[in-house]
Amino acid sequence: MSGLWFVLSRLARDRSALIGLLLIALLVACALAAPLLATHPDDVFELHPAQRLRAPSATHWLGTDRMGADVYSRLLFGARITIVIGIIAVGASLVLGVPIGLVAGYYHGWLSDLLMRVSDIFLAVPQVVLAIAIAQTLGPSLPNVILALSVTYWPWFARVVYAETRALQKEVFVESTSALGASAWRLTVLHVLPNIASPIIVRASIGMGFTILTAAALGFLGLGPPPPTPEWGRTIAESREFLPDAWWYAAAPGLAIFLTVMGFNLLGDGLRDVLDPRLRRSRTVRDG
Amino acid sequence: MRLLALLLRRLIWFVPTLLGLLAVTFVIARVVPADPVSLVAGETATPAQVAALRHELGFDRPLPVQFVDYVGRLVRGDMGTSLYTRRPISEDLVLRLPATIELTLVAMVVSVLFGIPLGVLSALWRNSILDHALRVVTVSGLAIASFWLGIMLQLLFAMRLGWTPLNARLQGFPPRPITGFYLVDAALTWDWATFASALSHIALPAATLAFPALATLVRFTRAGVLDVMQSNFVLYERAMGLPRPLIVWKYILRSALTSTVTQIGLLFGILLAGAVVTEAVFDWPGIGTYAVNSILRSDYNGVMGFTVWAGAIFIVVNLLVDVAHTLVDPRERTT
Repeated sequence: MSGLWFVLSRLARDRSALIGLLLIALLVACALAAPLLATHPDDVFELHPAQRLRAPSATHWLGTDRMGADVYSRLLFGARITIVIGIIAVGASLVLGVPIGLVAGYYHGWLSDLLMRVSDIFLAVPQVVLAIAIAQTLGPSLPNVILALSVTYWPWFARVVYAETRALQKEVFVESTSALGASAWRLTVLHVLPNIASPIIVRASIGMGFTILTAAALGFLGLGPPPPTPEWGRTIAESREFLPDAWWYAAAPGLAIFLTVMGFNLLGDGLRDVLDPRLRRSRTVRDG
Repeated sequence: MRLLALLLRRLIWFVPTLLGLLAVTFVIARVVPADPVSLVAGETATPAQVAALRHELGFDRPLPVQFVDYVGRLVRGDMGTSLYTRRPISEDLVLRLPATIELTLVAMVVSVLFGIPLGVLSALWRNSILDHALRVVTVSGLAIASFWLGIMLQLLFAMRLGWTPLNARLQGFPPRPITGFYLVDAALTWDWATFASALSHIALPAATLAFPALATLVRFTRAGVLDVMQSNFVLYERAMGLPRPLIVWKYILRSALTSTVTQIGLLFGILLAGAVVTEAVFDWPGIGTYAVNSILRSDYNGVMGFTVWAGAIFIVVNLLVDVAHTLVDPRERTT
C-alpha cells in the first residue's frame, strides 16, 4: 500500500513523532514483558510490611511503597492496566462516535441536528466531571472506569467525523458516485470513510493521551480499580500521606503517566502533520 | 445582524441542552445498584425505616415523575437539599462558588499574561533556545497529570522549601466580604497582611491549574503568529518601514488573537475540569471539592446541583466566546 509507506517514511523524518513512537513502544514493552522485566513480580499481590517505604536501592530500583512492595515492579504491571484502559475506552468511543458522526454528517434533517445536540450535551460538562459521576455511580472497578471513559469520549469522534463528512459532501466524487446510484451505505462506508480515516486516527492517538490522564485522575480519586491493583493514579493517592520523605513513591507513577501521555501526544501531532492534508488530497484523486 | 442570529440560535438551544444534561445525570444517578437512601439512613436502619425515608425523599416515585419535579423546582431556584449536609444545595454552592472563580480567574490571568507574549516571542525567534524550551513546556503541559503536578509542587515549595503554605485558602480570618474574592477584598480594605496570606495560599493551586492552560495558549499563539507572519499585509507594512515592534505587537497580534479568543473558551473548559482535581489536592474550599465530596458520599442531589451549575456556566461561557469571536474578527461579521 503506497499510502502507508508514504506516511511511515514521512513520519520517520519527524523527530518528535519518533520520540513519541519510542515512548509508546516502551510502554507496550513494559506491559507485555512485565513478568519478565519486574524484579519482584509477586509484589503485585504480596505484602512485605517489614520493608515498607525504603528508598531506591540496588534491590528495589524505585524503592518500596507502604506495603513494602517494589515500586518499580508494580509500575510495570500498572502499565498493563493503563494500556487496557486506553485501548478499550478509545476503541469503544471510536466504534460509537464514528457511525454517529457519519449519520449526522450524511443526512441533513432533524436526525442530524438531534445527534449533534446529544453530543453537545456530553460535551457540556468537562469529561472528567461526567466520568467521575458515572464511575462513582457504578462503583470502583476496571470495567466501570472504561465504561465511564467511553461514554464521555465518543462525542469527540462524532464531531470530527461529522465535520469531515460535511466537508467531503461538497467534493465532486461524492456527487458523482451518488448520481451513479450508490446507496447511502455504500457511499459512506466505501467512499467517505476511507477519506476521513486520517483525522480519526489523529484523534484516536490524542484521545489515548487524554483518556489515560482522565483514568489516572479517576484512580487518584479512588474511583478506579480497587487495591491491590497497581493502577498509577491510585498509587499516587496512596503515596500522599508519606510525603515528603518517601518522594519516590509519588514521583515514579507520575513520571510514568507523563511519559506515556507525552508519547501519544507527540505521535498524534506527528500523524497530524503527515496525514493532513497531503495524504487526503492524493487519495481523493484516486477515488472516483 | 449575524450576531443577533447567532445569539438567538444559541439561546434557543441553551435550555434543551441543559435539560438533556440534567436528564443524563439524573438517569445515571438514579439507575444504580447501590442504594443511596440506605446509605443515608445508616447501617442500623430497619427496612421499614429505609422505606419511610425513601418515601420522604421522594425516591419511590417513577423516574419521569421525579425528573419533572426536579426541573420544576429548579426553575424556581430550588436545587433540593443535600442528602449529606441536609442544607439547601444552592446555598452550599453559592458559598463555595467565589473560591473556585477566584482560583480559575487567577489561573486564567496568569496563563494569558505569560502565555500570549511567550507564544509571540516563540514564533518570532523560531528555532531559538527559547522556542525549543517553550516547545518542551507546551508538550509537557498537556501530558502532566494536574493532580500529580500539584503534589510535586507541594512537595517542593511547601514541604521542602517552605516558601508557601501546604493547602487551604487562608490562614486566620478572612477579609471583610465585599466580592467574596479574598484577594480583592483584602486589597479593597487595605488589609495587606491578609492579602499576602491569600496570595501565598493561591500561588500553588493557581500555578497547577495554569500550567496546561499556559501550554495551550503558547502553542496556539505561536501557530497563529507564524501563520499571520506570512501574509501580504505584513510584507507591505515592512516595506513601508513601519517599526518592527509596532507591526508585531499591534497588527500581527490582533490577527493571530482571533483564534486565541476561541482558545480561551476551550481554556475555560480545561480550567474548570482541572479545578475539580486541583481543589481536591489543595483542599481548596470551592465547588470542585464539593462535587468530589458529593460524589464520594453518594449525595446525588449534590451531584446534580454541581452538574447543573458547571453545565450552565460552561454553556454560557462558550456562548460568550462565540460572541467575542464574532466581534473580534470583522471578517466573520460580513459573511
